[in-house]
Amino acid sequence: MTFLQISDLCKTYNERSILRGVNLSIDKGYAYAVIGPTGAGKTTLIRLIDLLDTPSSGRILFDGVDVTRSGKSRNSTRRRMALVQQKPIVFKMNVFGNIACGLKWRREQKHAIRSKVDEVLGLVGMGDYRDRDARTLSGGEMQRVAIARALVIEPELLLLDEPTANLDPVSVSKIEDVLAHIIKKRKTTVLMSTHDMPQGQRLADKIAVLINGELLQVGSPNEIFCQPADRKVAEFVGVENILPGTVAGKENELAIINVNGEDIQAITDLAYGENVFVMIRPEDITFTRTRDASSARNVFEGRINKIVPLGPLTRIELDCGMPLLGVVTTRSASEMELTMGSKLFASFKATAIHVIKRA
Amino acid sequence: MDSIWNQLVSLGSETWSAAGRSLWFAATSCVISVLICFPLGSLIHFRTFRGKGLLVSVLQSLYCMPTVLVGLIIFSLLSRAGPLGDLGWLFSPKAIIFGQALLISPIMMGLVISAYSGVDKSVTETATSLGASSIQMVIVAVREAKYAMLTMVIIGFSRAISELGISMMVGGNINFYTRTLTTAISLETQKGEIEKAWAMGILLLLIALVINITIYSLQKSGRLKRWGVFRLLLDRIRAWGG
Repeated sequence: MTFLQISDLCKTYNERSILRGVNLSIDKGYAYAVIGPTGAGKTTLIRLIDLLDTPSSGRILFDGVDVTRSGKSRNSTRRRMALVQQKPIVFKMNVFGNIACGLKWRREQKHAIRSKVDEVLGLVGMGDYRDRDARTLSGGEMQRVAIARALVIEPELLLLDEPTANLDPVSVSKIEDVLAHIIKKRKTTVLMSTHDMPQGQRLADKIAVLINGELLQVGSPNEIFCQPADRKVAEFVGVENILPGTVAGKENELAIINVNGEDIQAITDLAYGENVFVMIRPEDITFTRTRDASSARNVFEGRINKIVPLGPLTRIELDCGMPLLGVVTTRSASEMELTMGSKLFASFKATAIHVIKRA
Repeated sequence: MDSIWNQLVSLGSETWSAAGRSLWFAATSCVISVLICFPLGSLIHFRTFRGKGLLVSVLQSLYCMPTVLVGLIIFSLLSRAGPLGDLGWLFSPKAIIFGQALLISPIMMGLVISAYSGVDKSVTETATSLGASSIQMVIVAVREAKYAMLTMVIIGFSRAISELGISMMVGGNINFYTRTLTTAISLETQKGEIEKAWAMGILLLLIALVINITIYSLQKSGRLKRWGVFRLLLDRIRAWGG
């Protein structure tokens, strides 16, 4: 059941287009993540949904009601949602007061406020901080207070705008645990924005990719990361091998794609003669010292162009008539004695390749 | 110096009466101004309308409005031929309070707006996003800016208690009726009673100092956070009363 329907939403600030024709349907009880680079328009989208701003055009239907330019009912609609902003915001009062304020504004009974606040404090693991001045907390603790403050009002739609940006890994982990709990156990409808793709993958049922104000793809995490709909999405989700080619042969679904004179075998519905992009994730490429060490359909010999250590992993750039980027563990790189210019074989399965039409 | 000190310790009922009236007029005009400027300033800050920037600039330029000019305006309004002449307020405490309120209102309104501007916009937006009504959101903003608001009151009060032009022009400096410390200082200086004028000046400064130190100590002790300034002042008054 569609709970939130966004149709052709546009927002322009000072003649600069921030959002362009965004369409998104959010089902009740599901968690959605809007991912995109900084400046893509994620915060603007969240603010429009929370009715903090008014769109330049388009419509927002909340639970079947058009709330885009709602007048007097704006606050009552907003009271069915809660927003946690990127910057941890707490009011000048203690932790209890901060969490209770939403309930007080809804004129809840004092005893109900106490029990609800205590329950949610336990949920975010801050029971001992009840009487602490909220302004003296760390960034991660403040953000947990902000999340508790949003959860305590039991919103039908929880909006999270980059809730873990600029926080340390321990705080991020704690906040993700809380969010995972409410998504799984409470079945709250959640819409979160993040530029942390793995976080979106961990927490959301569906991911929407927003780039430069346009919503380019909505799908399951697997669809977004393994079958990006276009080049921009592929680049954003970390598909580093995007090779232009042409379908040069076809046998059922198995196609031979010519890339820079080399033939790559891939599974695709696209017809013979189509201009395409071949997309291979770096993690799907295996490097070996000998050709027969791999059973994959695609094996290419090349010389190492670049070696970039990335902590536990090492990034390898191979020139095999076409550039191929892959990763190996740093330990493997050391054992294989990989050096610049040395010969190496790159192999990948036909099923690991995603092929899209090239305009 | 000794003679000034002697004057200070032997100030008579006339001076104390003038001091009491200075306090009373300034406090009343301050309260009236807060009652008018706080809601108006809130409206100006939180609403978006055409000419808002211009209005704020005009308010700011009125900060340095000369007291004699305000005195002249009030005089023109309250004189028999003026539009408010029928009120019969000229040369009465009401005229002084009216004038002082008019004098400090632009400052108070400007400072209300400035105090709100100091509040992080994301704080008020967070309140709004959590379902706060407009009034509830303003309360959150006031709580965030309470020290700036308190400073606004102190500045308004200080400006009112220290003005001379209005009290002189529309109060008439009538002993035991409209005479304030500033008009008394002016009078004593003209009479050549320089030591007495100095003693009154020091008394005026002391009053301002006591009020400022009291509020500063309340801020610093953090008791304002728990009790609020008015409740705390009430407690102090009760304690002084025995």
